[in-house]
Formats: sequence, structure tokens, C-alpha cells
Amino acid sequence: MAKVPVQFTLNGSEKAEFVDSGTALLNALRDKIGDTSPKGGCHQGTCGACSVIIDGELRLSCLTLAETCNGAAIITTAGLAEAGVLHPLQRAFLDAFATQCGFCTPGMIMAAKVLLDRTPNPSRQDVVEALSGNICRCTGYEPIIQAVLTAARTNSQNAA
Amino acid sequence: MTLALQTFSTVKDANAALQASGTRYLGGGTLVLRAANEGDVSVSRLVRVSEPSLSQIGISGGKARLGASVTLAAVARHPELAVLAPAARAVGGPAIRNMATVGGNLFAPAPYGDFAVALLALDATVIGEGGEVPVETFLAERESSRAIVTAVTFALPPEKGFRFLKVSRVKPKGISVLSIAAMLQQASDGTVASARIALGCMADRPMRARAAEQALLGRKLTADEIAPAVAAAGEGTSPITDPIASSWYRAEVLPVHLGRLLLNQIKV
Ligand SMILES: Cc1cc2nc3c(=O)[nH]c(=O)nc-3n(C[C@H](O)[C@H](O)[C@H](O)COP(=O)(O)OP(=O)(O)OC[C@H]3O[C@@H](n4cnc5c(N)ncnc54)[C@H](O)[C@@H]3O)c2cc1C
Ligand code: FES
Ligand code: FES
Repeated sequence: MAKVPVQFTLNGSEKAEFVDSGTALLNALRDKIGDTSPKGGCHQGTCGACSVIIDGELRLSCLTLAETCNGAAIITTAGLAEAGVLHPLQRAFLDAFATQCGFCTPGMIMAAKVLLDRTPNPSRQDVVEALSGNICRCTGYEPIIQAVLTAARTNSQNAA
Repeated sequence: MTLALQTFSTVKDANAALQASGTRYLGGGTLVLRAANEGDVSVSRLVRVSEPSLSQIGISGGKARLGASVTLAAVARHPELAVLAPAARAVGGPAIRNMATVGGNLFAPAPYGDFAVALLALDATVIGEGGEVPVETFLAERESSRAIVTAVTFALPPEKGFRFLKVSRVKPKGISVLSIAAMLQQASDGTVASARIALGCMADRPMRARAAEQALLGRKLTADEIAPAVAAAGEGTSPITDPIASSWYRAEVLPVHLGRLLLNQIKV
């Protein structure tokens, strides 16, 4: 199997790896680079657990080939905390009991981050739309929606 | 998964590589990589093209040209394509729309292909290296096509002339029970002067509702006058059965939803 070089920034750090051609970004991140924050749930595009942000856009790392990410800027949930302080979304998910088993959480947080980056004061409907590609088997969604709305309020208070 | 990807800078070279058996074009990958992840070993090689024109949207003189690699998210947010936004937003959740391409949607088997349904109602033209074909011909022959689609073009519909409806059970992003797109031109007295109606999930690929189109001509869009068109909606259809809905159910509810679309009684 041909190995191909891939270079991208992951959470602000340069990464350069040789991967097997045809390797999914999810596998490259987890198995090669050691960032296990994106989760492999379905590998079918349906659950959203593997969601990452590539060049500012929410994408599914299970359906993205690593080698198509050359030169890209990739953000995963593992890169959100700064100097040991949780990101407002991470804090809000913990405080609102929006995580139970936690498997969907990184994907939910990535989808929510893209939303808040573009729409700092989202409506409940905006949140529902933004999370519509992410499945949670545990929480019944309401605590997650509330957590995202709380994080938005915290953000806007911090900005004020 | 044993897959290998080759990137070409020209469509011509990629088309040549695509002729080898086991080779498929990689659009957004939402169907082809999904199949590979599921263990479909019929694909061993993927090709893609890095040409920027494939990802461009061009609008001029009332015509739109969408490169085949344009994503449905890009269509949904383009201010001059607002009339098509409901059809683009009908495809998957946000991450899927960021990846799924216009070109890939033309190949998506039912229950997918919601955007292709819109393109069929718009009488779009599908462009490849070899030339141009009407979308209807393209859809009929798509399995035998081994050439890269580079773009689609169509005349931008007037704001009130184009209508789109996706019926799904899970909101906001469930898979289609069915989808309907209609291009309607009305004369000054309100009667229908021309109609193109396209249906999704009523066959293995998007199809025209020709009998309904015919029955609408010269009629006003009132409950009484559209009744013959609604009654004829199912003619020639052979709806799919899948976990979302049975063939019987789809046939049963098509007239209801077509009626709502024609009377502008859609609740989103
Ligand atoms: C979770 C999920 C939800 C989805 N929901 C919807 C939905 O609601 N509605 C809907 O319509 N679809 C849906 N889809 C299906 C799919 O995402 C879309 O149909 C999409 O537009 C396919 O485009 P793609 O670029 O990702 O295709 P790919 O997977 O890249 O390609 C699909 C096929 O088309 C061929 N192909 C792609 N582009 C070209 C080209 N330019 N020239 C020649 N051949 C080409 C490929 O070789 C392949 O055989 C969903 C998929 C998933 C995984
Ligand atoms: S693992 Fe990628 S969407 Fe489920
Ligand atoms: S917390 Fe368990 S899947 Fe969401």
C-alpha cells in the first residue's frame, strides 16, 4: 500500500505524517497522531461523533480522506482548553449534565463551536439545526441544547 | 479498507484514469467513502481533480453554472441562489452539506438525490468533457456513465416560479419520504402556462410527473382546479420501499403533498 505524506495544522501545531493512501482522517488522527477526541461511532456519516472543524467548516472525519487535508487547519475538541482552562462550551456541557457516556460529546461540541463562531447569539432553533447531524443515545438532547445556549450567554458576557 | 486516491490537475487525465476497473470519482465522499467503510470492496481506487473551476459558482445573465464540486452548503448560503436554498438545505445535516457535492447528488440513488430533483424540475443541463446533456437524459443513463461531470447549468427561476418540498419524518434532517420540486409559469389570469414537476423517492431516481404536469395546464392553482393533476400524480411511479416508508405509503401520500405544494400550503 502506497504511503503518502500529509501535512496540516492540528489545533495550531504543525503535523506531518505518512499515511496509507485511502486512510480516513478519523483513523489518522486517532491511530497515527494520538488525538482520540474525535470518536468513531458509525463510520457512515450518520452519528456525527467524528465531527471536526476543517478550515472553519464542520466535517465528518470518518468520510474524509486524510490526504485531502494537506495544508488544512484542523480543530478537534482536544484543542479547545487553553492553559488547562476548559472552553466555555466544555464547561457548559459539564455543568448542564449534557454528557452521560460522553461518546457524542466531542462531535456535539465541534458542531456547537462552528455555530457560536458564526452566530454568537443563536436561537434555540439555530442550535437544533446546528446539532441535527449529531446523535446522542443518552441525554435526550435537551441538556445539550441548554448547554450550548448557556455557553453562548457566557461568551457574550465575557465579550461585553 | 484498501483504497488509494490519485489526484489529477485536469479532468482529461482523471477521466482516463477512471476507465480502469474498480476506480471511482471522489466527490464529497459522503456516499463513496461510506460504502468503502461498510466493506464494499468493488472500489479500490479513487480519483479526484484539483481544478478550481469545479468548485466555482457562476451567475450571469439569468443563468447559473454550478461546478460539480460545489457543496450543497455553498449553494444554500449563496445570496443569488436563495430560491434553491430550500432544496440545498434538504440534504443531510450541516457536516454532510459541507461535504456533499452537486455532482455527487446527481448520482445518489433514492432515497437520496433531493437536490437532483430540484435540478430536474429546473431542466438543468449536465456538462462533462464530452459535451452537454439534459438532466433527464443524464439521470436515465447515469449507471452507464463513466465520465466526470464538471458542472450543471440552468436558467435561474423567478422567485415565485419554483417550489420545493421535502417530506421527512425526523425534523430537521431526516431522510426523504419523498421530495417534490415544481417549476410553474402562470399567465396573467393565474392559469398555469407551463409546468415541470419532479419527484424524488417515487422511483430509483428522480422522475417527472408528466401526467400531473399535463393536467395542470390552463388551470388555476385552486383546490378544485388542481384536483385532476393531484389525482394523476402517481401515474408512472414505482416508489421505493425502505426503512423510512413503504412503496404503498409513498404512493398514498404523494397526492396530499403535491396538493399542498401547488396550493402553497407548506409548513416548514
Ligand atoms: C448521513 C447522510 C445523510 C444524507 N442525507 C441526504 C439527504 O437528505 N438528501 C440527499 O439527497 N442526500 C443525502 N445523503 C447522500 C449524499 O450525501 C448526497 O447525495 C451527496 O450530494 C452526494 O455527493 P458526494 O459528493 O458526497 O458524493 P460521492 O460520495 O463523492 O460520490 C457519489 C457517487 O457519484 C460519483 N460522482 C460524484 N461526483 C461526480 C462527478 N463530478 N462526476 C462523476 N461522478 C461523480 C462517485 O464516483 C460516486 O459513485 C446523505 C448521506 C449521508 C452519509
Ligand atoms: S463516525 Fe463519522 S459520522 Fe459516525
Ligand atoms: S452522552 Fe452518551 S451518546 Fe451522548
